Amino acid sequence: MFSLHGYGPSIFEGTILTLEVSLVSLLIALVLGMAGALSKLSRSPVLKGLATAYTTVIRGIPDLVLMLLVFFGGQVFVNQVGPLVGYDEYIDINPFIAGVITIGFIFGAYMTETFRGAILAVNKGQLEAGYAYGMSSFKVFRRILFPQMVRHALPGFGNNWLVLVKTTALVSIIGLDDMVRKASMAAGATRMPFTFYVVVAINFLLITTVSIYLLQYLENRYSLGVRRS
Amino acid sequence: MDFSIITGNIDVYLEGLKNTLILVSLSLIAGLAMAIPLAVLRVIGNPFIQWPIRAFVYFFRGTPLLVQMFLVYYGFGQFDAMKDSFLWPLFKEAYFCALLTFSLNTCAYTVEILRGSIVATPHGEVEAATAAGMSRLLMLRRIILPSAFRRALPAYSNEIIFMLHGSALASVITIVDITGAARIINSRFYSPYEAFITAALFYMAITFTIVFFIRLLEKKWHAHLQPADQSVITIEAPHENITG
Repeated sequence: MFSLHGYGPSIFEGTILTLEVSLVSLLIALVLGMAGALSKLSRSPVLKGLATAYTTVIRGIPDLVLMLLVFFGGQVFVNQVGPLVGYDEYIDINPFIAGVITIGFIFGAYMTETFRGAILAVNKGQLEAGYAYGMSSFKVFRRILFPQMVRHALPGFGNNWLVLVKTTALVSIIGLDDMVRKASMAAGATRMPFTFYVVVAINFLLITTVSIYLLQYLENRYSLGVRRS
Repeated sequence: MDFSIITGNIDVYLEGLKNTLILVSLSLIAGLAMAIPLAVLRVIGNPFIQWPIRAFVYFFRGTPLLVQMFLVYYGFGQFDAMKDSFLWPLFKEAYFCALLTFSLNTCAYTVEILRGSIVATPHGEVEAATAAGMSRLLMLRRIILPSAFRRALPAYSNEIIFMLHGSALASVITIVDITGAARIINSRFYSPYEAFITAALFYMAITFTIVFFIRLLEKKWHAHLQPADQSVITIEAPHENITG
């Protein structure tokens, strides 16, 4: 049962693509999350409202629906806008871009909550001291807020990352050759769906298990010098 | 955008809504019913009982729901023994496969949620029950479980929302749920905005209805903990701690 009939390398390529999708989405999610958290904590009611609407809407919609909306809707949108700017050929939306944007956008909302909590957990006096020294807000962020919020953000960040990795399986539905789709193709050709999906499941377990150990290491590192009861 | 496509085909969405609601509620009920005894055994059972439960939870929480669903729906057909057995008429049905996968998946997450809240039972409560001469079973029924359910409610409400969102995957194996309805409308009229935005609105309406009712339940169950400000439920990513 556990002969892969020469499809091993193909599944491996898919695994690499899954990791690429995960990491690029994570990058987008981190940027959006940071922007969202700072907006939620800012004094401007407009920014606050926008960030709240963002997180509320994302939490109400399944990721698959959002991904299909971005993929199919984006296709129509690009081809409506294309002729307006003088581009007349039919444009195909790249499933990698659609997938990465959707996943990044969804997890940006979860990261917003994680980062908001982490920023609030930093002692306010620390920031005040920074301003008292005449630091600019950016400098306060870079030198004081950020290094201290990492410790509080890591547990939530870790959870989001693990969920994100599993969510990338959805990109197989919009036609990206990640490991789930590679497995489906191999399963179709060899008539051994169980074998190939089990291999994919084991790959996911490996990725999540390794992630958990790395995250634990980072958590220990960033908590150095914190007294524990 | 032309939403007359939607109003003209609203029956497709209503059929989808029905299927989504049935799938989600049946899975949640089955998952919770299995999770309660499993969570108790996971805490008090001997290692030979604990180990398989841990493996079950580890597998279902560490792999994507989509892969689990493919394993059940496509995977079991690989074995001739399965095809010849009396179970095959069931496993041939997409509906049954989705229901089975969702139930097992939510069961695994719920076991972990309940385990956490059972372990967190204040020691005094158990001591008081022992001092009152309760048997282990009585203690479980009257003291430990009710108190654990109360603590588990916020995390479990997230799990409900996640099951609702996860149920959209049923559309991948041909089931016409809300997402399936949207995919039908999209391919029939090539109108992705209308089709998927309508589906999104349906899901949002269900999500916020669920959140509203859980808030009512929380008010009732947590009345003794009510602080000056009414805490707000937030929907977060499910808690992951697979090694735990």
